[in-house]
Amino acid sequence: MTGSESEWLDEEAGPVVRPYALTRGRTRPQTREGFDLIAIIAAAATASFAPPGAGPEHLAILELCVRPHSVAEISAKLRLPLGVVRVLLGDLLDHGLIVVRKPAVTNQTPNEHVLKEVLHGLKAL
Amino acid sequence: MDSRRSDSYHSQRPAMPLAVKILVAGGFGVGKTTLVGAVSEIRPLRTEERLTDRSVGIDDTTGVEQKTTTTVAMDFGRITLRDGLVLYLFGTPGQDRFWFMWDELALGALGAVVLADTRRLADSFPSIDYFERRGLPFIIGVNCFEGSFRYESEEIRGALDLDPDIPVILCDVRQRESGKQVLITLVEHVLAVMARRQRTVGAGY
Repeated sequence: MTGSESEWLDEEAGPVVRPYALTRGRTRPQTREGFDLIAIIAAAATASFAPPGAGPEHLAILELCVRPHSVAEISAKLRLPLGVVRVLLGDLLDHGLIVVRKPAVTNQTPNEHVLKEVLHGLKAL
Repeated sequence: MDSRRSDSYHSQRPAMPLAVKILVAGGFGVGKTTLVGAVSEIRPLRTEERLTDRSVGIDDTTGVEQKTTTTVAMDFGRITLRDGLVLYLFGTPGQDRFWFMWDELALGALGAVVLADTRRLADSFPSIDYFERRGLPFIIGVNCFEGSFRYESEEIRGALDLDPDIPVILCDVRQRESGKQVLITLVEHVLAVMARRQRTVGAGY
């Protein structure tokens, strides 16, 4: 990891409300990835590869995502607001520590094949 | 070597499933979380978003230094349909001023179940209006509470002023089988809507 600690800071940080102290005032990730609620996140490296600037919450996400979890599950299991989780995930993605799988449907037109698979799966429950 | 280390890590990593979602909407206390819990393989989880009043958009706080925060909570469950395909069920937050949260939930959703209680049918109007405006396919699940009078689906369809093609299904959201049937009805409806839209396009409209 080559980044200095300053990469985890944002000079533009506005007034900080308490949960966002974890994100140093940032309210959205600095990457283009928006982290959909059901985007699946998996750790691409163990917590031991995290840079020195990583906080305990970054490490907790990496540990949880040894098994893939959705963004919503990460938020629920770590009891962190969604916005905070997205900022932390952005940091981890910037450092190549996670991989993201986008949801099956990202617009208003679901794929017929996926729908049929869902129907089949529901009937088999 | 970095690359070798990460290769071996990747090879051990479990496959990442593909995720889809369905929304469960309806008035307060109609049984959204009960339905999610009845069909979910996990105990429903709760995710929260904290908002400043500025993002809620009710007051103009320009120039006001002190911001207050509001928490909007969403309960959700998960069903693994097969290895590699996971369905998430999200209960929509009830408060009308969280519509922007609905926008995020509705984006990429397969469809929605609007739960209705015959004693308070009007509570489901905002959800119906929202999904109609957005063009997201939905069905009505009438949760048959004990002590509520049993109406016929057609009476409820009339009372809700629904299009004739929107399924209205009577259910007991506490029962897993009943909840499962609600979801099957929704997905079949979504497929029917898609087929109809394709025919319309094919007919040259």
